Amino acid sequence: MTTHALFSLPRWWSVVLKEFLQLKRDRITFAMIAVLPIVQLALFGYAINTNPKQLPTAVILGEQSPFSRSFVAAMKNSDYFNIVETLPDETAGRRALAQGQVLFVLNVPADFSRRLLRGEHPSLLLEADATDPTATGSAVAALPGLVQPVVEKDLTGPLAHLNGAPAAFDVQVHSLYNPEAITQYNVVPGLMGVILTMTMVMMTGLAITRERERGTMENLLATPVLPIEVMTGKIVPYVAIGLIQVTIILAAAYFVFHVPFEGSLIAIYLAALLFIAATLTVGITLSSLAQSQLQAMQLTMFYFLPSLLLSGFMFPFAGMPVWARFIGNLLPLTYFNRLIRGILLKGNGWIDLWPSVWPMAVFMVVMMGIALRFYRRTLD
Amino acid sequence: MNPSATEYAIDVQKLNKHFGDKHVVNDVSLQVAHGEIFGFLGPNGSGKTTSIRLMCGLLTPDSGTGTCLGYDIIRESAQIKRNVGYMTQRFSYWDDLTIRENLDFIARLYDMPNRRETVDHALESLGLASRADQLTGALSGGWKQRLALAACMLHKPKLLLLDEPTAGVDPTARRDFWEELHRLAAQGISVLVSTHYMDEAERCHKLAYIAYGKLIAQGTAKEVIDSQDLTTWAIHGDRLSELSEQLRTMPGVDQTVVFGSALHASGKDHAALEKAVQQAAAGKDLRIEPIDTGLEDVFIYMMSRSSDNYGMPS
Repeated sequence: MTTHALFSLPRWWSVVLKEFLQLKRDRITFAMIAVLPIVQLALFGYAINTNPKQLPTAVILGEQSPFSRSFVAAMKNSDYFNIVETLPDETAGRRALAQGQVLFVLNVPADFSRRLLRGEHPSLLLEADATDPTATGSAVAALPGLVQPVVEKDLTGPLAHLNGAPAAFDVQVHSLYNPEAITQYNVVPGLMGVILTMTMVMMTGLAITRERERGTMENLLATPVLPIEVMTGKIVPYVAIGLIQVTIILAAAYFVFHVPFEGSLIAIYLAALLFIAATLTVGITLSSLAQSQLQAMQLTMFYFLPSLLLSGFMFPFAGMPVWARFIGNLLPLTYFNRLIRGILLKGNGWIDLWPSVWPMAVFMVVMMGIALRFYRRTLD
Repeated sequence: MNPSATEYAIDVQKLNKHFGDKHVVNDVSLQVAHGEIFGFLGPNGSGKTTSIRLMCGLLTPDSGTGTCLGYDIIRESAQIKRNVGYMTQRFSYWDDLTIRENLDFIARLYDMPNRRETVDHALESLGLASRADQLTGALSGGWKQRLALAACMLHKPKLLLLDEPTAGVDPTARRDFWEELHRLAAQGISVLVSTHYMDEAERCHKLAYIAYGKLIAQGTAKEVIDSQDLTTWAIHGDRLSELSEQLRTMPGVDQTVVFGSALHASGKDHAALEKAVQQAAAGKDLRIEPIDTGLEDVFIYMMSRSSDNYGMPS
C-alpha cells in the first residue's frame, strides 16, 4: 500500500470496546482468568526443588595472601562456585547481589592472615542470595568441608601447631533476603510470571486466528481499520486481565504463603505491566503467524515450555549451561522473575531493576515489529 | 483522482490471480457504470469471490490494472475500503456481539460523525430496533443477511460489492432484498452482485458470466443470450429424461436440459436442431415448439463449453 493512513484513536478505541464486549460473553475465558492462577499456585507452590552447581560468585579480597588464594581455589574446585569477578568493597558486593549478577560474595577481611597466624580463629564472610534457597543451599552446605583441606595444605611446618581443633578459621554464611530458606518465597513470585505467560500468550494467540477462522477477518480487512489499531486494540483488554491476575497472585502470596513484600507495590505493578505488554506482543505475533486456532495453541506451547524451564523459574538460572542461559536471556520471563523476586524479596529499588527492565522493553518492540510485519493486510 | 470524474464505478483490465498452480482469475476485464446493478454469475469455484476481492483491494492481482470508484485497486486500497461496502459470502459479523454492538463497531471503524443516530436509523429501517440487544449469532439466515447489508451500507458507500448475498435466504426476503437494491441503484449507488439464481440475474441491468476464471460473456441479459446464437425447442410430454438421452446423441443438438415438465433442446445449427427434434418426437405423444432461448439455457451451455483449466500449467 502506498497510501498511508494515520493511526486513528476512535478506530482503535472501537477495537478495544469490541474486544471487551466479546470477552464479557466468553465465560470459559473468564473462569480461566480466576481459576488458572489458583490451580497453578496450588500445584507449583509446593512442588519444586533441585541442586545446581557453578553458581556465580564474587570475591572481595581485603588482602592477598596464600590462605585467601587457597580458599578461593578450594571453592572453585568444589564445583559449586564460579568466581566471576573481584569487587572492591562491600557496597559493590551488595549491589551485585541485589541485581542478581552473583549469588554469593566472599569477603576476606583485611587482617585475615595476621589473625589466623596469631591463632585467633578468624572468619571469612560469605554473603548468599537466598531468594532461591534451592540454588544456594547445596553450595552453602558444601562450605565447611572446604576449610579443612586449605588448613592442611597451607598450615604446615612451623605453622602446623595452628592446625588443630577448633579449626584455624571458619566461614560465616550470611543468608540475605530469605534467611529462613523458605522455598515458597521464591516459587510463589516466580509463578506470577509463569501464569501471566500462559494466559496472556494463549488468549491473544487465539485473538487473531479466531477472527480468521470465523471469517470475520475478511470483514475487518474490508474496513479502513489499520493493522496496528487491530493489534494494539486487541491487547488492551488482556492487559486489564493480566493486572487482575497479578492482584490475585499477590494476594495469595501475601495472605496464604506469607511472602515478604520488601519492595514497593508500585514497582511490582509497573514491572508486571511491562511484562504483560511484552508477553501480549508474543501472543499477537504467534496469532498472526498461525493459520488456525489449533496452530496458535501449538505455537503457544512451543513458546511456553522454554519460558517455564529456562527462565529460572523451574531450575536455578545460574545452574544452567551457557547455551540454556543464552536462550533464557531471550525470554521476558527470565527478566520478570529477576524483577519480581528482586522487588518482593530484596526490596530492590529502581537502579537495581533497570538491568532487567530494558531487555523486556527491547523484546516488546522487536516482537511488535514482527507481528506487524506478518499481519496480513490482504487475504493473499 | 476524483471518483465522480470517472465514467465507471468499476473499471478493471486483464486481472489475473493464481493460487499455487490454479489460475483462478484469468484475464478478467469488466466495467460497471454508476448506478448500475451488475450481476456476476458463474458456477461454484469459478472465481467470482476472488474477482470481487481483487476489485476491493482485499487481494493483490498477479497482473492487471483497474480502478474502483476512480481509485487504483493496487495502490489505493485504503480509499477504496472507505468508499465501498463489501458484503462477504459467508456472514462475517461477530456472533458474540449484539446487533447494535455490531453496527456500532462498524460505524466507529468508519469514523462516522453522528454514529448513534446512524445506528438507530439503520436498526429502525431494518425493523430490528426491538431486537437490537439480541446476540447476532441467534439470528436466522435471512435476518443475518439483512443485518450484513445494513452494516455494509452504514457508511453510505458509493459502490456495493455483494458476494452471493441471497444464498440460503427465503423467496420473500430475496424479493425484498432486490427491491432494496433497485432503490439504492436509483439513488446512484453502483452494485456488483454475484448470484446463482436466474431470476436474480434477470433483475440485473448487466451481467457477466465467469467460468473457470474466464469471463465468457458480458452485457445485458439479451446481449448475453444473443452472443451464444442458440436456437431452442421445448418438448412437453412424458418420459423426457429418456428422450433427452436420445436427443443428445443426434446431430444438431448441442444441449438438452429438463426443466420440470419441459425438455429444452438447444443448438447452434438451427436447421439440424429442428430436424433432430422433429425426428425424435415423431410418432410419440409429445408437443414440440420453438421458444426463445433463456438465460439459463445459455448459462448451462456456456458452462459446458468452458474447459476446466485448473491445475493446468498456464
